[in-house]
Amino acid sequence: MKSPHMRVVPADVHAQLAGVTRVYPAADGGPGVHALGPVDLSLRRGEFYAVIGPSGCGKSTLLDVLSGLSPPTTGEVVFEGKPVGRTVPDGIGIVFQEDASFPWLTVRDNIAFGLRQGGVDGAEIDRRTDYALAFMGLRDFARAYPPQLSGGMRQRVCIARTLVMQPRLILLDEPFGALDAQTRLIMGDELLRLWRETKATVMLITHALDEAAMLSDRIGVMSARPGLILAEIETGWSRDRDSTIASDPAFGAITSRLWSLLRAESIKAVGGSARS
Amino acid sequence: MRRLVDTLLVIAVLVAAWQVLHWVAGDALTSPAGTARRAWALMNGDTFWGHVRETGTAFGYSLGLAVIGGLAVGLTLGLNRTASSVAEPILVSVYSLPKVTLYPIILLVFGLGLSAKVAFGTIHGIVPVIIFSMNAVRKLPPIYLRAARSMRLSRLDMIRRVVVPAALPEIVSGLRIGFSLTLLGVLIGEMFASQRGLGFLIMNAIGQFDVDTMVAVILILAVVAVCANAALLALNRRLHQGAT
Ligand SMILES: Nc1ncnc2c1ncn2[C@@H]1O[C@H](COP(=O)(O)OP(=O)(O)OP(=O)(O)O)[C@@H](O)[C@H]1O
Ligand SMILES: [Mg+2]
Repeated sequence: MKSPHMRVVPADVHAQLAGVTRVYPAADGGPGVHALGPVDLSLRRGEFYAVIGPSGCGKSTLLDVLSGLSPPTTGEVVFEGKPVGRTVPDGIGIVFQEDASFPWLTVRDNIAFGLRQGGVDGAEIDRRTDYALAFMGLRDFARAYPPQLSGGMRQRVCIARTLVMQPRLILLDEPFGALDAQTRLIMGDELLRLWRETKATVMLITHALDEAAMLSDRIGVMSARPGLILAEIETGWSRDRDSTIASDPAFGAITSRLWSLLRAESIKAVGGSARS
Repeated sequence: MRRLVDTLLVIAVLVAAWQVLHWVAGDALTSPAGTARRAWALMNGDTFWGHVRETGTAFGYSLGLAVIGGLAVGLTLGLNRTASSVAEPILVSVYSLPKVTLYPIILLVFGLGLSAKVAFGTIHGIVPVIIFSMNAVRKLPPIYLRAARSMRLSRLDMIRRVVVPAALPEIVSGLRIGFSLTLLGVLIGEMFASQRGLGFLIMNAIGQFDVDTMVAVILILAVVAVCANAALLALNRRLHQGAT
C-alpha cells in the first residue's frame, strides 16, 4: 500500500537513491569524512548495473547506504517502492568486498546460514543448498571449512550464501578482487548466467574497466571522494552475452570511454597531479 | 608421545623437589610418599566424601553463576562500544583487587554457610569471564556482524549464531581462568565461613597441627585442578586451530 506522500517511482525502477550523501562522523566531533554524494541513482528492474570508480571514492559506502546497512546523512533511499530504514529489506542480498565466510561453519552450513531462521523448511533448505553448491562448483568441498579453501573459493561460498536467499536485488562489492585474471573472466560469465536465470537486478561494484564494460547494461562512473556519479554509460549488449564480447569493437570503445572519464579521477585518488 | 614424556618429566622433577624440601623442612612438610598414604586413607575414610560433596555443590553453583552471569554481562558490554570502554578499566581494577578485602561484607550479607561460599566463588570467577568474553566480542571482525545484518538476523540470533561461535575460542580461555579462580574462591570461603568442605578440612587440619592431612587435601585438589585445566586447555587448542 502506498501512502499518498510517497514519491512516485516509475514501475520499472527497482531501487532509487535521491540526493544521498554520507558523512562519516569524526570521533572527536570534528568535521568528519565526506565519503559520498550527493548521488541520484535509479536501478531498473532486472538490469545489470556496474559502479566503477577510483579506490576510496565511496563505492562500498554507496552499497551500505543503498542496502540499509548504514543510514544516509541526507537524502532518501527507496527499494521496491518502500523507504529503506535501518535494516536490510527482505529481497536484497549482499556479497561483501571482504571475506565474510564464517570459519566455524562448514561450506554447506555457511551457504544454508541465512535460510535457517524459520520460514523455510528443511527439505527446501537442502534443495537450495545442493543447487548452490553445484552451481558454484563447491560440491566436493561441502564439508570443508573456509580456512581450508582458497580466497576465490571462499568468495564463491559467500556468493552462494547470498543466492540461496533468492534476492531480487543482488549487490556485489568487488567480488572478484581476490582472483586472477582468467578466473575473473570465468566468474564473470557465471555471474551473467546467474543474472539471466534468476532475473534479479544486479549492482556490481568494481574497479576493473573491462569487467564493467563486459558484464553490465549500464555503468555508473564515480568521481574521486566524495564520490559523485560523473556519467552513466549504456553498453547496449544483448541479454545472452558472455566474455567473448571482449573482441567486439564496441567493447574497446566502451573501455576507452570509461578510461577517459576515470583517468583524472584516479590520479586525484592517489594524490598525484595529472601530467601529460 | 613427546608431550607425555615431557609431562612425566615435569612431574618427576616436582616430586623430587618436594622430597628435598621435606628433608630440609622436616615435619613442617610431609614427604610425597607420606602424603600419598594419607590421601589414600582419607579417600577411604567416611567423612571425606561428604566434604567433597559440600565443596562440589558450592563450586557447581558458583561456576554456573560465574559463567552464565559473566557471559551475559561480557557479551552485552562487548556489543556496546561505549559501555565496554568505560567498563574495561573498572573491571581490570576489580580483577586485581585482593578479594579477601570484600570478605567481611560478604559475611555480613550472606552469613555463614553455602550462600557465602557461593558468593565468594562467584565474585572470584565472574570477572575473568566478563573480561575475556567482552574483549572477544570487541575483537570480532566487523564483517561478521555486517554479514549477519545483511541476512536480517535478529539481535538474539546474531548473538547466538554469530557472536558466540566467532568468539568461542577466546571465551573458553576466559572460562579456563574463571574455573580456577572460582575453585579458589570457594575454598577460601570454606576456610573462613564454613564447618564443612575441603577448605574447612585444610583449615581444621592446620588448627590441629595435622600437617599430613593438610598436605594430602592440597595434593588432591591440585590434581583435580590440573586435570580440569588440561582438559579445558585441550578444548581451547582445538577451537583455536579451527579458527585459523
Ligand atoms: N567507518 C568509516 N569511518 C570513517 N571513514 C570511513 C569509514 N568507512 C569508509 N570511510 C572513508 O570513506 C571513504 C570511502 O570509503 P569506501 O570504503 O566507501 O571507498 P571504496 O570506493 O569502496 O574504496 P575501495 O575501492 O578501496 O573499496 C574513504 O576515504 C574511507 O577512508
Ligand atoms: Mg570498497
